[in-house]
This record gives sequence, C-alpha cells and structure tokens, in this order.
Amino acid sequence: MKGLAIRNHRAFASGALFLAFAIFFFVTALQYPAGTAAKMGPGYFPRLLAIVLAAIGLVVILGAMKPAAGREALRAWDLNGLAWITGSVILFGALLFPLGLVGALFVLIMVSSRASHEFTWIGALTNAAVLIVLCLAVFVYGLGLPLPVWPSLLN
Amino acid sequence: MDLFHNLAIGFATAAQPANLLYAFFGCLLGTLIGVLPGLGPLATIAMLLPITYALQPDAALIMLAGIYYGAQYGGSTTAIVVNLPGESSSVVTTIDGYQMAKQGRAGVALSTAAIGSFFAGCVATLALAALAGPLTATALLFGPKEFFALMILGLILASVLSSGPFIEGIGMVVLGMLLSLVGTDLNSGSQRFAFGIPQLFDGLDFVPLAMGIFGFAEIVKNLEQDDKLSLVTQKITNLFPTRDDFRRMVPAMLRGTTLGTLLGVLPGGGAVLSSFASYTLEKKLSRHPEQFGKGAIEGVAGPESANNAGAQTSFIPLLTLGVPSNVVMALMVGAMNIHNIHPGPEVMTKNPTLFWGLIASMWVGNLMLLILNLPLVGLWVKLLTIPYRYLFPAIMVFCSIGVYSINSGTFEVYEAAVFCVFGYILIKLQLPAAPLLLGLVLGPAIEENFRRAMVLSRGDATVLLTSPISASLLAAAAIAIILIMLPTIRARREEALQE
Repeated sequence: MKGLAIRNHRAFASGALFLAFAIFFFVTALQYPAGTAAKMGPGYFPRLLAIVLAAIGLVVILGAMKPAAGREALRAWDLNGLAWITGSVILFGALLFPLGLVGALFVLIMVSSRASHEFTWIGALTNAAVLIVLCLAVFVYGLGLPLPVWPSLLN
Repeated sequence: MDLFHNLAIGFATAAQPANLLYAFFGCLLGTLIGVLPGLGPLATIAMLLPITYALQPDAALIMLAGIYYGAQYGGSTTAIVVNLPGESSSVVTTIDGYQMAKQGRAGVALSTAAIGSFFAGCVATLALAALAGPLTATALLFGPKEFFALMILGLILASVLSSGPFIEGIGMVVLGMLLSLVGTDLNSGSQRFAFGIPQLFDGLDFVPLAMGIFGFAEIVKNLEQDDKLSLVTQKITNLFPTRDDFRRMVPAMLRGTTLGTLLGVLPGGGAVLSSFASYTLEKKLSRHPEQFGKGAIEGVAGPESANNAGAQTSFIPLLTLGVPSNVVMALMVGAMNIHNIHPGPEVMTKNPTLFWGLIASMWVGNLMLLILNLPLVGLWVKLLTIPYRYLFPAIMVFCSIGVYSINSGTFEVYEAAVFCVFGYILIKLQLPAAPLLLGLVLGPAIEENFRRAMVLSRGDATVLLTSPISASLLAAAAIAIILIMLPTIRARREEALQE
C-alpha cells in the first residue's frame, strides 16, 4: 500500500509509548482475578483501562502513518543535561544518610550545576555555600524537619 | 442571609493572625515565583506540600492558595516590564503590556493589571461563596454513577482544553489512571503493580511524580534553551491611568472577569485559558482592533482580570464536587489529603471554618497583593537579573528536600529521578503532562465509583445511561468529543491553545 510510511515520527513514538504501557499493564494485570462486572475483582478495571489505552495507542500510531499526516521529526535530545540533573538527584538520595544533609546538598548543587553551559567553579561553590546555609536555617532550624545534618559516622 | 453569615465565619478565620501571616507568606512567595520564569506555582506547591504537615490545615491551604493566585500577579509584572511572561497565564499580557511599557506607560499598565486582578478577585470570591451552597447541595444528591460520569466529563474536558492533539491528551489521562492503580486495592486488599516493593503498597505518591515532571525535567528543558535576557529596565513613573484609560479599561475588566469566572469553573479551565479567551474577545469587540499589539489598554485589563478570576473560581469544582479542574487543584487535593480532609461536598459541612476561611482569605490575599505589588515593582524586576545558573540549583535543592520530607525516606527521591527521565521523554514527544496528573489523582475515585455503580446495578453498564444526571453528564462529554473532531473547530482550537 502506498504511503504507509511513518510520516509523523513524534506522534508515532507517542503512540508506541501508549501501546507499550498498555501491554505492560495488561500482562501484569492478568495475575489479578478479574471477577465479573457485578462483582469486580482487582484485575477488572486495570484490564479495561489497558485495553482503552492500547486502542488509543493504535489510533495515534495509525494517524502518524496516514498519507495525510503532517511530517514531524523527533526533537533532538540533550542527554548530557538530563544525565547531570537526574544523576544529581540520585546522588542526593544515596548520600543523604552516609554524608548528612550538608554533604549531600553540596554534591547535589555541584553536580546539577554542571548541567548549565555557563558553569563556573567559583559561581557553583558560592551558590552551594549560600544555599546550604539557607537550607539549614529554613528547614533544619526554622521548620525543624527531621533531617540528618552531619555524616552518620560522627553521631 | 446565609451567605453573609458564612462569609462572616470565613473572615473571622482568615483574620486570625497566624492565617493572615500565612496568606501574606503565600502571596509573597506566589509573586516571587510568578516573577521568576521557569518556576511555576505547580512546582512550588509540590515543593511546599510536605512542609505543610507542620501547619494547621486552614493555614496550609490558605498559604498554598495564595501561591497560586499570587503567581498570577507576579507573572503579569514581568510580562509588562520586560516582555517576559513569568507564568503561562500572562503570555498574552506581553503583547500589549510590553508595548505600553515601551511607550513609557509601564506604570499605567501595571496598575491596570493590579486593579483588574483585584476587581476580578473580589467578584470571583463572591461567586465562589454564592455558588458553593447550591453546588454542594447538588453534589449531595449524587450517587456512584453520577460521580463516575462527572469525573469522566471533567477528564474529557481537561483533555479537550489541553494543548496538542486531543487523542494524545486522552491517552495521557488513561495512562495516569493506570498509574493510580499501583498499590493496595481497597476492595480486595490485594497488591497491584507493586512488584513486592513495600514503598509502593500505598500507591505512587504524586508529589515525586509532579516534582520529577514539572520540577526536574522542566529544568533540563530550560537549560537546553539558554537564551539570554536583555533587560530593558526603565524608571516606572506615573501609576495613575487617565480618565480616558479608565473609560476603556472598565468594560474590559468587567468582560474579562465574567469570562474568567465562567471558564475557571470548567474542568480543564483556569487561569491560562481564561486569559487567552479574554484577549481574543477584547480584540473582536474593540472598535479599534488595529491598536491591539501596539499598546491597547484593553489587552491588559481584560486578560489580567480574566486570569485572576479563573484562578480563583477553579476552586469551585474542587471544594464542592471534589473534582480538581486543573493540575494545581490536583495538588490541592494532595494538600487536603495530608490533613485528612477529603475534598467534596462534605468539606463545607464538616469543616465550615476551613471552607469559608479559605474563600475569605482569597479576598484578603488579593488586597495584600494590591498593596504588595505596586510599590515593590522595582524589587521584583531586580530579581530577574539573577542568572538561571544560580536559580536552578536552588530549585533542585528545595525539590529534593521536599521529596525526601514526604516520608523521611530516600525512596521518593529515586522515584522523582525516574519521573524526571519520564517527564523529559514527555517534553520531547510534546505529550501534555497535565492530563496525566489529573488521571492519576482522579483514578482511584473513578474506579471506586465505577465498581460501586456496577455492584448496585448488578453489572448492568446501561444504568449509566438510564439515570438522567449521569446520562446528561456523559452526553455532554460525548458532545465535547464530537465537537473537537469537527475540522473547523479543531483548527480554531489549535490556534487558540497555541502558546
């Protein structure tokens, strides 16, 4: 058939994302008893939703391949920025207990600052100092949130 | 009269020193984040949610509401002075507001925006108070099938009004509902989609999800754009509109307020939609449409009144029916849940001081904003000179501490990291995240009501169509879908929702 090519790559990927989630939820939901409409089990509603999502995914995918679909490419990805930002959050989670709030915040600020094209060491260090003092004042002493402030070895 | 009696209770609550302080704090913070581009009310409210544990429920909600409508004020300030919309609801204000500023009339534009917002805020407060009673009474008549139909209507309208293709918006709603099923099934007590991870037994908390998508992923997106701001700061003189200005802005304010009040109630509505609709209306009605884009005062007065009215009346469906009409309202559901208040018709009867206090605080907050904004314009504009490279690590820090504080555990921090990656994928695919969050928040209630309705009807799904209320709600949803499919309306919607 003529014209059955992916014309709108953005929409095609969106539809595929819907379809993938639908399959994942449907297959997982097969473990849960469905019951009947009058007496639904925990598996009934998830299966219903997964089928709806799969149908939507298919419609979006087909729409992206229609000869009439406008051409649209996928946008460029900046994996560097994503990696610095996501990595800094994961490091914060991992280091909060061993290093305490001060150390974990320092790592979070320094690592995430690298995501900017305008990164300078002096700027980031100053920013870290200001923000750490601010956080201690607001969250630890002001609001009294239960946060480990110093490394656990010192306690 | 009942209304005045209730408002009296409200003002008594709102005027308590602690509540006044938190309203002030919320307005100040809201203005601040409204001024700063790249940080919206959504991320701020998500950040502050865990901290509100320590507050009284009314103080917490008063502060969070203040952030939302305060942001509308702050966003317009930067839109006018430096042509930079701090919030998406003030995008249209840049068109004529900045032109006025270039003509040396920044002061007039600012006071027009402030007066319009204040007027709209007063009217919306009254509308909220007047509509709350009847709507709550209606909601009390609702059974499971009516609530099910109402929420379906809300979600459909929210997808119709979100940007991008309608079918993708609906897909995001359904995906959000599926994500909401993670955790313990309340009917059977069994675990679903938890994969033996104990932290997931209570379900996916939406704060890490919102923070990952609207906080962290948004930062990655903003860093990609790194455009330099050129600030044209000028002395702001003469705040007072002339007699001619008044003659032109008053009708625009009245129309903007009416439009915003109506659109705010609509699910999926709120501040952004109201401001766009009002600008289009003013341009259509004006006898001098050619002046629009060149500093027409109506182009500031209308949208600025509309966005504030819309921001406030979007509380109506939340407080009376328990259905959040936009994502910020969905976060308010979270804030209420933290304090064990379940949004819906019972709020008014069970927590009258909270309900009316919140409404009255909005009026008080608007007064504070009027006083806070005009004299401090210079200070707000100075804030814009803070480079983004110092600002975003601060957002990272507050978000991370906020996420950790939900349960004093690091699991939520990792969850936010996962949703940061997911949010980035959504940005790249241009899929709207707001419907996802609404689906996530409404999912459990929809399943619950659906199951109850089916139990009551012994599994007969046609009962949804034979009860008059649920049938008309579902019919409205169907009409909305059919309308959106019509080619002409489709084209106009895409035009209107383009940012």
